[in-house]
Amino acid sequence: MKKTVILGALTVAGLAAGAAGAATLDDVKARGSLNCGVSTGLTGFSAPDANGVWQGFDVAVCRAVAAAVLGDPMAVEFVPTTGQTRFTALASGEIDVLARNTTWTFSRDVDLKFEFIGVNYYDGQGFMVPKALGVSSAKELDGATVCIQTGTTTELNLADFFRVNNISYEPVPIETNAEAQQQYLAGACDVYTTDASGLAATRASFEAPGDHVILPEIISKEPLGPLVRHGDSEWGDIVRWTLNALVAAEEYGVTSANIGELSAAPGNNPEINRLLGTEGELGAMFGLEADWAKKAIMANGNYGEIFEKTIGENTPIGLSRGLNAQWTEGGLLYSPPFR
Amino acid sequence: MTTMTDPPGQGFRLSQLIYDTRYRSLTIQVVAMILLMLLFSWLVSNTIHNLQNLGKDFDFGFLWQPSGYDINQRLIDYNSQSTHGRAALVGILNTLLVAALGCALATVLGVIAGVLRLSNNWLVARLMAFYVEGFRNVPLLLWIVLIFALMTEGTPAPSAFRGDTPSASMLFDAVAITNRGVYIPAIHFNAAFFESGLYNWLLIIAVFAASVFAVKRIGHWAAVKQEATGDRPTTWYLTLGVLIVPTAILMVLMGAYFDLPSLQGFNFGGGVHLRGSLIALWLALSLYTGAFIAEIVRGGILAISKGQSEAAFALGLRPGTTMNLVILPQALRVIIPPLISQFLNLTKNSSLAIAVGYMDARSTLGGITINQTGRELEGMLLLGLFYLVLSLLISGVMNVYNNSVKLKER
Ligand SMILES: N[C@@H](CCC(=O)N[C@@H](CS)C(=O)NCC(=O)O)C(=O)O
Repeated sequence: MKKTVILGALTVAGLAAGAAGAATLDDVKARGSLNCGVSTGLTGFSAPDANGVWQGFDVAVCRAVAAAVLGDPMAVEFVPTTGQTRFTALASGEIDVLARNTTWTFSRDVDLKFEFIGVNYYDGQGFMVPKALGVSSAKELDGATVCIQTGTTTELNLADFFRVNNISYEPVPIETNAEAQQQYLAGACDVYTTDASGLAATRASFEAPGDHVILPEIISKEPLGPLVRHGDSEWGDIVRWTLNALVAAEEYGVTSANIGELSAAPGNNPEINRLLGTEGELGAMFGLEADWAKKAIMANGNYGEIFEKTIGENTPIGLSRGLNAQWTEGGLLYSPPFR
Repeated sequence: MTTMTDPPGQGFRLSQLIYDTRYRSLTIQVVAMILLMLLFSWLVSNTIHNLQNLGKDFDFGFLWQPSGYDINQRLIDYNSQSTHGRAALVGILNTLLVAALGCALATVLGVIAGVLRLSNNWLVARLMAFYVEGFRNVPLLLWIVLIFALMTEGTPAPSAFRGDTPSASMLFDAVAITNRGVYIPAIHFNAAFFESGLYNWLLIIAVFAASVFAVKRIGHWAAVKQEATGDRPTTWYLTLGVLIVPTAILMVLMGAYFDLPSLQGFNFGGGVHLRGSLIALWLALSLYTGAFIAEIVRGGILAISKGQSEAAFALGLRPGTTMNLVILPQALRVIIPPLISQFLNLTKNSSLAIAVGYMDARSTLGGITINQTGRELEGMLLLGLFYLVLSLLISGVMNVYNNSVKLKER
């Protein structure tokens, strides 16, 4: 009995002891590497390549932050997290940033005590079914067996959608995308539902992607973005403005090709000058070097370049910019000014 | 009695606390206790400090908030508008279900394998050794995942049963084995006494239990008669009648009928759906724990001296009767205590359920609820408390049983 109590207390301690102090920036600098939480593997967003190097759209955010803070985009320890483990990993201090297609919601921001630093992909939840099923709308799915990842907004939206439309379904809870894929392909579920981007990425890795359709209904808003712990605003600022720098760079036409030239000497666009540190003291304001944004952009290019390289139309995943175009192009991406 | 160790007149010295055997154990205990308390208060204050750092409080209010998620296997009414507390209860019932099924099957498997491993038949004994070593030495999680994978990859999808020339068909038109689980006929009532199915079944179980009790009384009566007169009255037809007739009459009165599973839309409808996750978890837990129980049973039997069976044989008892009447009753008292820990292991191991998406207490309360509400500490404490209480209950019940089979020393 006594022993059980002690063991119980140790478990609690394990949960509690890890929580890091406030100064994440100092921790990261002292450690010399950034601990970044990513998914367990979703092609295009975060997955190790053949050489074991993590690649992808979410991974690029981690690399940009590492480049801005430490000057080295490769100084990142990637921590694969599932839908269920990601928040504990962040709250306990195991990771400094979570960049794992995570939806910004009120309760995660307010109640779970996290700080979403922006949106790097505007998404919505969709459904994928085998073509052979002959289904053309999600409303025809009455009685279907649906694979969902547990611990996600997906399962909450799903419950709401079926309840509101008064149709029934059988949920099959699953932990990772890989398992979901295996169950779905084996026919153990009729439908796979998750963020539409995730569906596209999953389908792209199928042997016969053409045999599966993504239904037209998008049943939710899923603004996906990186997040940090609540309570360390300095660190939150760094990650937020690194993402903003990537977005602003695209807007101003700063690319990995011309950044060397643009940062060599102040040009005649003051916004670019301030962004690249050739004018003003922006970097020093949050304790980084003047060329922090230059390093972040050089890591993988600007937002648009990252998008095209990892999930864009010329990749197997083939996502179009859509809502994720710059505001100047009719999209939602809009970085506040650098001044 | 004048063996005083310390010379008279000399007072108490502090070093005595360590060097004097009269005080030493007390000193050690006090020091250990202080260290333990320090560790404890450090843990508590650290937890409070860290929670404060994160801006979190300690609050069980989430249990009364709507959960928002659906659960596929529900033994009680539940939907996504129910509370997190009710979701936890659904999970707890699912844990209890798989633990009860698992303990029962593991015991049967274990006893059979344990006895057969001692068989003189070389092949049978070897096969059982193979089973025991195979299951004991591979991690349980692998077995769970393997059995689940076999079920999803090796059995047809419900769609294979459809069409004019289906590639799969039901067994006896009553059982459908699919990659989503096994659908078996259900017994429904069209003149049920109660609204809720649960009460109807409780009534049937109560009647059946009464019959079993009556059968016991009949056996006792026959034994008394045999003691007194020397012959045992034939009771089998009476026993059989008492056992079956009342329950059968009740079922007929309630209008019991079989509800056969049939294809409806995407899935089978009707009947009872034993989900693949339940079956995989149940079989894996039973086979794995059964292997350990087999060894316990074998050990228990070997602990009974050979003289016992020789004596039984000398009295003319057959090997089977010897096992049942002489060896097993004595072996039981060696078997039961370690068996209790196996039951506890099985129950706690059932928390691996999430690997196959079985919605037990760990997956609902300790999984989705924690994740959606951010109440890790509260959720884990509740979960720990649940497993603690469950384990204590199981060992309590088993200890009562153990006392009843223990050698009665007069
Ligand atoms: N955006 C949703 C769902 C996120 C999610 O689970 N995404 C899946 C598919 S898009 C994923 O990243 N899976 C990778 C993995 O299994 O680790 C949320 O934040 O709750």
